[in-house]
Amino acid sequence: MKLERKDRVLIGIGVAALVLIVKLFSIQVLDSSSKDKANSQSMVRMPIYPNRGVIKDRNGKVLVGNKMCYDIMVTPKTVKEFDTTAFCRVFNVDKEYVKGKFEEFAANSRRIGYQQVLLLRQVTPEAYTAFAELLAKNDFDGFFGQPRTIRQYPYNAGGSLLGYVSEVDANYISRHPGEYRPGDYAGMTGLEAVREKDLRGVKGEHILLRNSKNQIEGPYRDGAEDTEAIPGKDIVTTIDAELQNYGQRLMKNKVGSLVAIEPSTGEILTLVSSPCIDVDKLADIGKYYAELAKDPQKPMYNRAVSGLYPPGSCFKLVNCLIGLDEGVLTPQTQYPCSMGYHFGNHRLGCHAHKSPINMEESIMMSCNAYYCYVLKTMLENNNYENIDEALRAWDEYVYSFGFGHNLGSDFPSEGKGNIPTPETYNRVYGKGHWKANTIISISIGQGEVACTPMHLANLSATIANRGYYYIPHIVKDSEGIEIDPKYHEKQYTKVDTTHFHKIIKGMWRAVNSGFGSGGTASIAAVEGMDICGKTGTAQVPHGADNSVFICFAPMDNPKIAVAAYVEHGGFGATWAAPIASLLVEKYLTGSTTRPDLEQRMLQGDLMYRFPSKR
Amino acid sequence: MIGQRTSQRSFAKSVDWLLIISYLLLVTIGVMNIYSTVHYSTPELFVWKSRACKQLVWIATAIIIALVILFVIPPRVYEPISLPLYVVIFFLLVLVIFVSRDVKGSHSWFTFGPISLQPAELSKISTSLMLSMVISKLDLRFKTFRDYAIAGAVLLLPMLAILAESETGSMLVYVGFLLVLYREGISGWWLALLGIIIVVFVVTLKYDPFWALLIIGIIATLSNDLPQNKGRRWFAVHFPAIIALITYFIVYNKVCAAHPDTTFAYFKPIYLILACMLALMVAYLIKGFRTVNAFKMVTVAMIAICVGMSLAVPFVFNKVLKDYQQKRIQVLLGIIEDPRDAGYNVTQSKIAIGSGGFFGKGYLNGTQSTFGFVPEQSTDFIFCTIGEETGFAGCTAVILLYVLLIWRILRGAEKSRERFTRVYGYCVASCLTMHLVINIGMTIGLMPVIGIPLPLVSYGGSSLWAFTALIFIFVALDRNEKKYF
Repeated sequence: MKLERKDRVLIGIGVAALVLIVKLFSIQVLDSSSKDKANSQSMVRMPIYPNRGVIKDRNGKVLVGNKMCYDIMVTPKTVKEFDTTAFCRVFNVDKEYVKGKFEEFAANSRRIGYQQVLLLRQVTPEAYTAFAELLAKNDFDGFFGQPRTIRQYPYNAGGSLLGYVSEVDANYISRHPGEYRPGDYAGMTGLEAVREKDLRGVKGEHILLRNSKNQIEGPYRDGAEDTEAIPGKDIVTTIDAELQNYGQRLMKNKVGSLVAIEPSTGEILTLVSSPCIDVDKLADIGKYYAELAKDPQKPMYNRAVSGLYPPGSCFKLVNCLIGLDEGVLTPQTQYPCSMGYHFGNHRLGCHAHKSPINMEESIMMSCNAYYCYVLKTMLENNNYENIDEALRAWDEYVYSFGFGHNLGSDFPSEGKGNIPTPETYNRVYGKGHWKANTIISISIGQGEVACTPMHLANLSATIANRGYYYIPHIVKDSEGIEIDPKYHEKQYTKVDTTHFHKIIKGMWRAVNSGFGSGGTASIAAVEGMDICGKTGTAQVPHGADNSVFICFAPMDNPKIAVAAYVEHGGFGATWAAPIASLLVEKYLTGSTTRPDLEQRMLQGDLMYRFPSKR
Repeated sequence: MIGQRTSQRSFAKSVDWLLIISYLLLVTIGVMNIYSTVHYSTPELFVWKSRACKQLVWIATAIIIALVILFVIPPRVYEPISLPLYVVIFFLLVLVIFVSRDVKGSHSWFTFGPISLQPAELSKISTSLMLSMVISKLDLRFKTFRDYAIAGAVLLLPMLAILAESETGSMLVYVGFLLVLYREGISGWWLALLGIIIVVFVVTLKYDPFWALLIIGIIATLSNDLPQNKGRRWFAVHFPAIIALITYFIVYNKVCAAHPDTTFAYFKPIYLILACMLALMVAYLIKGFRTVNAFKMVTVAMIAICVGMSLAVPFVFNKVLKDYQQKRIQVLLGIIEDPRDAGYNVTQSKIAIGSGGFFGKGYLNGTQSTFGFVPEQSTDFIFCTIGEETGFAGCTAVILLYVLLIWRILRGAEKSRERFTRVYGYCVASCLTMHLVINIGMTIGLMPVIGIPLPLVSYGGSSLWAFTALIFIFVALDRNEKKYF
């Protein structure tokens, strides 16, 4: 077909129009980058940060509050020459720092575009007010104070278990896709991390329009798409702030843990991991992080829930209860002890006390030999086919007390502990090549047995309750927060509840028999308080023994169950028993009748026993 | 006289209503979008400082102009006044160079108190009329050199004057008159030559003269061989030569990069390809003489022009074009990236248009155009507002409206029995097309930034009046015929 010229002209014009339309289609419909660029130029998205939920103690005292501060933000593209000297004076920063920051912004100017970037973090309201005056007088285009709240700690209580809040890093953001943006804060450890979803609240956003001179013109769509911040929920903990603070002071300059539980609820009253992070350092974690991370005693490590230790003689209570339930032991059963338990050419030593003794006395005096006999009779019980089966049955009993696995508390990094199984020994010695005497040290909570201080506190609470426990936890039900119903369920052990009162008498006598009676924990006695306790002196491969003590009080209707674990503290009665006893007394009466003992404990310094290897 | 009056058709039946409606729609779209660009700073419409208000006044006066053209001025007068008008306007074009104030480097505005007038705008009308007059009166068929010379002179005189005013953009619009000349009989090769020159210019600037020459060679050989069914010979002879040249180019660059100071560096690929082109020209010349093949001769001429162009590009680019013009072209071609300075307008304009998406952000809801991110918002870059607020749908509608207007003009022109009217219609259509393509092209990064308005839509009285007159003179001429037939 031969086209006439007039048609060709028309086609040519049509093609030109089509080219325009196709190009328009490509930049308007196919390519969405213009939209983003336009938005970043003309819209300012002002995040409205919610107030983080407050953390309170069981009595409503604020453990973790909020205080106001400002982040100084800047839009580098619109900053003109400004009075650096005045700026640095107001905020007390180096000129070099400001210069360095602006060089950094200049290097990334393409990426930053019209966005606001952080210049100074968390300046005080006072400094900000001074700066606002400066803003009014001078040419500080492009500067802006973003209100933030940061954590404030009215009590020096619970640093380690509260955890800290800090700005999210790239790694954190990628692990929580879609939840965080750079500049957001999040709880990184402890309760702040566990309850992050409740505490953080919901961020709001105000979208403002700005013109090409970076002046704000007003809200976008009259604020139709703006959202307000929703404050985080408050968390009520089970912690008693006063008691926690007292516990921390008692554990100062010692390495170890102090855990107190309300037996009737499983609520953790106090949980000290020493050394712990001072709340002052917690508030400004960025500054102290390196120092804390380098400390050989690991202050950021919550040893009360994560640390694994031999329970020592406290574990005898478990064996005693199992023996009773298995019927191989009665309160009247007597065993001899001549400075220990002798088998073959070996001896498992014991201290000097009268012999033979019955069950109550074995608890009161903490006889090693007695429990060797108990365990031996248990493992050689003819009711079981062989020792493997007997040990397996023993394991089941021990597990039912919470040992050997996570208790299920609301701490994230709970230690499981270790309870040896037949498989453990078959692996070490070979099947059939081990017998009761081979593993006799587990009778006194040594050898392969390991648990956390919280396990021990839970044992104490279980005995206090005469046979059951509630899973220890530190968050209470409160408005808007519902804790897992499992925390309200009684956890029974496999030992019949009728057996518990039998050992409690022994624990009472261990504390309340008076000096010279042979009771191991006489130092823990408080007139009229009926503290029931059990000492432990756990041997460790290196250095002095660990000092251990569990107790509860009063004997009837116990209000508090405590476990104290002092690393390299020596006898249980030396450090752990007085500390636990003071804590009990403080909780029940609010003061102490033994100021001298209290002073000795508060001032006691065991840190010299820890080589400060750096 | 009375008899004629009674036999003539009424106004309503003798004008092209589609044309008039598309005109009215476009000026309405214009004032609406001008209001959109200023509504944030001046929400009131009827205050004199608002550009939308002023534009309403310009539109009112434009409509008066249109009515005067339709009902007062007898259409027969245009042909006779073409020459005097052309001369007067040309005189003004030259005069303005000497009396005008310097407006951003250009000298093209007469200022009488509050009113400014750009003779270049009027020149579109006078040149169109003049061109129509000479083509129809002198019966130019473009078979002889004389015809080319006359038409060329009519166009080149105002072009040179406008170039001297430093209004390169307005000057480029006159290139559009090639469409008119094409319709009236000049060889299609002139258009092809224009296309090839643009390609050569772009390739030379962006890449290397080598590639430009290679493209000329490929086009020349293909256009000679393919129509004569000698494609196979082309593959046997020219194709290997092209491959060899490319290979040599690559090898040369590799070697020179590795050993910067070898004597091999003197054997530049450009020399080789120049030699090849020369050989080709000689061969075609001899063949052309022998077989009396005009096409071969034309090819030789075109190769010569193109090769000359290609070699001259760096010179033309650096010496003739101003610094900012060079930059605009370099930005367009992606040779330099400069989102802040020369590229700022285009970057911002593309962001504004691109952010509109398919349906736009809604009238008066544009952020980029409202808050001053796009410069020259209500004049040269008015299309950004349309793009941002009405999106692809709105842009397409506006472009189609222009196409409708242009098509109605061309249709009327073709139906006319008078050559004068036809040529004039084509002139109007060419002006509109050039403005449309260059203006929208620059806002979306298809054309370098050339400061010419979007006809009927951009803010400004001078341009609106000129286009109104341009279009309605055609309507009047068209109606003049329809009235009686």
